[in-house]
Amino acid sequence: MATKSKNPVWAFFASVKLALFLLILLASTSIIGTVVQQNQPAEQYVQQYGENMANLIQVLSIDDMYNSWWFLALLGIFSLNLIICSLERIPTVIRLVRKDNLTTNPERLHKMRLHKSIRFNGSLAAAQQAVTDYLAGRGWKTESRDKENGPLLFSQKGGWTRFGVYIVHVSILVILLGAVIGSSTFAQKVLHKPDFAFKGSIMVPESQETDFIFAFQTGDKIDLGFTVRCNYFTIEYYDNGMPKTYLSKVTVLENGKPVPLKNGKTVHYLEVNRPLTYKGITFYQSSYQPYSDFLVSLTNTNSGEGHTHSSIISAGKQIELADDNITFGIINQETRGEAVQRVKIWFTDNQGDPSVFWLNNDQEAVIQRPSGEYTLRAKQLYATGLQVTKDPGVWWVYTGCGMMLFGLFVAFFMSHRKIWAHVYEEDGQPAVIFAGSANKNKVGFENIFSALIDGFKESKKV
Amino acid sequence: MNSSQLFGITTLAFLLSSAFYIGLLIFKNKKIGLIGLCLAIFGATTLTAALGLRWYESYQLGIGHAPLTNMYESLVFFAWCIALFYIFMEFKFKAPVMGAFVMPFAFTAMAYASFAKGISQQIKPLIPALQSNWLIAHVMTCFIGYGAFAVAGGLGLMYLLKKSAVNRGLTENSLAGGLPELKVIDDLTHKTIIFGFMWLTAGIITGAVWANEAWGTYWSWDPKETWSIITWFVYALTLHARFTRGWSGSRIAWLAIIGFVSVIFTYFGVNFLLSGLHSYGSS
Repeated sequence: MATKSKNPVWAFFASVKLALFLLILLASTSIIGTVVQQNQPAEQYVQQYGENMANLIQVLSIDDMYNSWWFLALLGIFSLNLIICSLERIPTVIRLVRKDNLTTNPERLHKMRLHKSIRFNGSLAAAQQAVTDYLAGRGWKTESRDKENGPLLFSQKGGWTRFGVYIVHVSILVILLGAVIGSSTFAQKVLHKPDFAFKGSIMVPESQETDFIFAFQTGDKIDLGFTVRCNYFTIEYYDNGMPKTYLSKVTVLENGKPVPLKNGKTVHYLEVNRPLTYKGITFYQSSYQPYSDFLVSLTNTNSGEGHTHSSIISAGKQIELADDNITFGIINQETRGEAVQRVKIWFTDNQGDPSVFWLNNDQEAVIQRPSGEYTLRAKQLYATGLQVTKDPGVWWVYTGCGMMLFGLFVAFFMSHRKIWAHVYEEDGQPAVIFAGSANKNKVGFENIFSALIDGFKESKKV
Repeated sequence: MNSSQLFGITTLAFLLSSAFYIGLLIFKNKKIGLIGLCLAIFGATTLTAALGLRWYESYQLGIGHAPLTNMYESLVFFAWCIALFYIFMEFKFKAPVMGAFVMPFAFTAMAYASFAKGISQQIKPLIPALQSNWLIAHVMTCFIGYGAFAVAGGLGLMYLLKKSAVNRGLTENSLAGGLPELKVIDDLTHKTIIFGFMWLTAGIITGAVWANEAWGTYWSWDPKETWSIITWFVYALTLHARFTRGWSGSRIAWLAIIGFVSVIFTYFGVNFLLSGLHSYGSS
């Protein structure tokens, strides 16, 4: 340690002052990005802050400051500081944990804050045995060494808890590592494998499928390696008009065949907070787009197996099914905002007057015709907007988070506790002095210590 | 009896409790402090019942979610956390005069929830983004942390008051005479910050996991997220300054206050002054 600290670069990064300074710097610079709106078009900064400030904003990348070279450099220096500070101190901690506590001079026990002497009857050896057995019975396994005037016993617990703070430090590094692994910029520019980690999105109209997505920022096309189909999309509303559910029913296809997902089914109900993960790629319900077209499915219920014909039609255009001699179309619609409430259907089998009726969006109608019975469902066509993410670093991040909570708990609430007992002779009688210390939570340890002594006095009476 | 009546009673109880604790500070009569404590316990109990009732009422309305989903509910829960944490502190550390510096925060939160313009008390159904089991975990962890930091901020204030009284050589009879020893306040501030820091960390982590479930990104530098990490940095700094540089006393008291200001900004400032993903928390 002494040799290392002579290196000025090492000494610079090993200093706690630097750590405190970096924490202040990170905290204060982070504020900038919450005040200046991020990732806006350049013109907006000119409009809002004027030509000169806008230039400064561009030069310092303040429009995307959390990805700017200087902020990332700050995080890099912070990591380096964290590593070197820890490396600098860990040897000392190891020495503290490994320390041979039996070299302690028994006289020192009398000067420790927590100590208690108790007198015995019988022999010194019997006394030593009694103390050893008692402590072992209480979970304090002792080592002993003979001193001039009698054996010294020692036991300790929780030496490892001295590493708690370093568990926290490592956890921060693990989280940052996870962030790098999951970064699309890292995947593109360093690994040159844009499909290693990405974030992007795709709009998939109902009944359509996609095998690629568009990456955010670059807009590059990224192949999924499989196909995703949107079977259905709907929005449900509460009575007060607030949206209740955005739901997409999606199916994953490999080589054109539906793949059974976790629950064994091939259709996943994709909702906000219920993403779908397949082969490390996760799909999130993030937006939607209503169209002016309709998805119409028609079933002839007379024809045994219920053959269903589905088609996408625009309002005002008629569809002819020559095989069945059927013609139908949507001749009118009622909308609220962009959402179609109901449509007016025109339907004929060329026998008698055509059927004309209103049908609520996405509801089924049964049509009785001379040629038989038909069910018809008409639904406004939507595209579901999926956010698509591949983040192989996320488990590193979660592991780091878990480590951090564990490390904080250890660092703050667990302590390294030590107990000494020296058995010696006083006025021809054996006596024992207990002493104890803890590096944290001293009040709590005091209670443990006095309970231990009280218990020993009790056991001696028996 | 409905939950808003209970919330009203709570607000009154916290107001009186604050008044009695301030009375204790001025008159140094232990009985006054005891009344303050009783009122705080009464208020906290009523508040617990009110929260439970509001939860029940939301089921009655066919909505059915924990009362932790908008500004009103979060303020009320904040007051609940402050009051409970304070009552726990008083029983554990037996320094009733702290109440004069803490209970006013609980009252302010309740009063602000009830009377501020633009804060709707209505129970509303949850938008899709909030329909998650992470909601309860995230809000609870954050607000337990916030509650602890409110107490730490109050203790910081108390420390500075006592310190300035000591510096001016004021006697036992002065306003600050009844305050605990500087060393005791300092120690309590430190312990409270440690407690709050654990929960803030857990709150940020549950938020990150939830964001990843809902949006596919655990961290997007949204103003709320950024301010929570700024707050985290402030308290991390405080702890390191104490552990490694031996800071204590006035410096830590100031940091406890700065930290709490940062908490308040994370909580309110972001909602009202900046825009971002947490905008549903603002009304």
